[in-house]
Amino acid sequence: MDTFIEAENLSKSFGNLKAVDNISLSVEQGEVLGFLGPNGAGKSTSMKMITGYLKPTSGRVSIAGFDIFEKPIAAKQNIGYLPEGAPAYGEMTTISYLNFIADIRNVPSKQKKMRVQEVIEKINLNSVAKRRIEELSKGYKRRVGLAQAILHDPNILIMDEPTDGLDPNQKHEIRNLIREMAPRKAIIISTHILEEVDAVCTNTVIINKGQIIFSGTPRQLSTLSSYHNALNIVVSTEEAERLLKILNEQPDISNIEQIYSGNEIRITAILRNKEPLASSLRKTLDEQNIFPKEYFFENGRLDQVFRDLTTTEDNPENNLL
Amino acid sequence: MNYVLAVFKREFKAYFITPVAYVFIVIFLALNGLCTFYLGNFYERGQADLEPFFEFHPWLYMFLIPAVSMRLWSEERRSGTIELLLTLPISTGNAVIGKFLAAWAFCAVALAGTSPIWLTVNYLGNPDNTVIAASYVGSLLMAGGFLSVGACVSALTKNQVIAFVVAFIVCFAFNLSGFPMVLDIFRPWTPQALLEVISSFSFLTHFESIQRGVIDIRDIIFFGSLMMFWIYINIIIVELKKGR
Repeated sequence: MDTFIEAENLSKSFGNLKAVDNISLSVEQGEVLGFLGPNGAGKSTSMKMITGYLKPTSGRVSIAGFDIFEKPIAAKQNIGYLPEGAPAYGEMTTISYLNFIADIRNVPSKQKKMRVQEVIEKINLNSVAKRRIEELSKGYKRRVGLAQAILHDPNILIMDEPTDGLDPNQKHEIRNLIREMAPRKAIIISTHILEEVDAVCTNTVIINKGQIIFSGTPRQLSTLSSYHNALNIVVSTEEAERLLKILNEQPDISNIEQIYSGNEIRITAILRNKEPLASSLRKTLDEQNIFPKEYFFENGRLDQVFRDLTTTEDNPENNLL
Repeated sequence: MNYVLAVFKREFKAYFITPVAYVFIVIFLALNGLCTFYLGNFYERGQADLEPFFEFHPWLYMFLIPAVSMRLWSEERRSGTIELLLTLPISTGNAVIGKFLAAWAFCAVALAGTSPIWLTVNYLGNPDNTVIAASYVGSLLMAGGFLSVGACVSALTKNQVIAFVVAFIVCFAFNLSGFPMVLDIFRPWTPQALLEVISSFSFLTHFESIQRGVIDIRDIIFFGSLMMFWIYINIIIVELKKGR
């Protein structure tokens, strides 16, 4: 497979502040890299360097084989970029804006009309094609930004918080779109929404204070969670006492959490070695006439891993979260 | 070249999408009329030429051109579209030149709007039309000079008002640098050579010589190199100000 995006030892300092500190990453065709980190961690700065907007203090970026600072035009032709906040020329209409992008992207004039129309349909912009971008809702503005990024069908798509501020339906739509394009492209999306990682990403990089603190698949990320393979059981309150007694006898269980809701109780048993419990437990429950409404081993909680990884003692603000 | 053209087209249209263009053109034409007929005594002079018309252009441009140039870059920086523009496959130079040319073309449109006065003077008498044509060329060159200054200043700030005021001051200085009231301040203590440099930067002096009907190659070189200089500085400022 081709490596489309390759960043080596990127660093960026603003005065004394080291915004990005020695980050390396590579994305191949078919991969969707989720770029995670708390606000101010250096996500946007990294993306601005990868897309050639900011010059790194040190390090290099190669896009489809072209160095972004030595061969910027060739490199940028391969990129579709949605900057943070999806900026667009507000006084233009959606369609004239997309036409402008097509012109500057050198889309041949014969294909231009067709290509713009295709994208408008793909992103559902038909109803706002003739309206000014500044009059559009946040969701539509973001979609216009996305349309702009994929107009020339680039090999590489870099999106800074593509679903920020969208409602759940719109998020779902955009994720579907990303999933659909993913096999043919190399994609980087930055986000601080963890469900996004599970939903669309094949790989994850977490940065904090400018440094990479995790790199791996979403699956690997979830194994870091203390809830990885934790057993979740929902039973009625009458059964709870007997159930807890059984669970307490299990040597592999290190901790038990209980959440009440009405006359039900959700019990989460956290496992010492994160290996799934033997299935004999289920049998024991049957024998004891305990019939759980739910019984499953969970994957792990990404938000908790994220918090653990990015919260440090010298940053009390994050501890409050 | 395609890139410059794409930027040019977008920027040029942007003037006419918003009311800015119409407000500007109306004010430009109205002030031109007022200056020509009241301050310039167009009729009372009894001469068939456009001197009282062109004579006020340096002063009108001084504050109207910054109004045309103020949004060029500061608006891009305020709204964040600069990040979009500069991550498109174009060079910063393409973007700077495209924008400058669009603003200049807009000024040309406004200037073309004054053509009725040319017709009027031809109707009233027999003016020297080559002098008038030369004056139009000179006026457009001067507008380009002011514009290159204004565009450059606009790249320095996210705030259009600041861009306007600073550009106005710089344009004012360029106008006055040939005036006795400025030169007299320098004369007692400045070597003659420097004095000549200062006065050679005067837009007024260069415009006046063109206005006499002589398009001197030196005046064209002056405005041309001035524009190139400021465009070059503009490119550097845009590069330096990225991401701030």
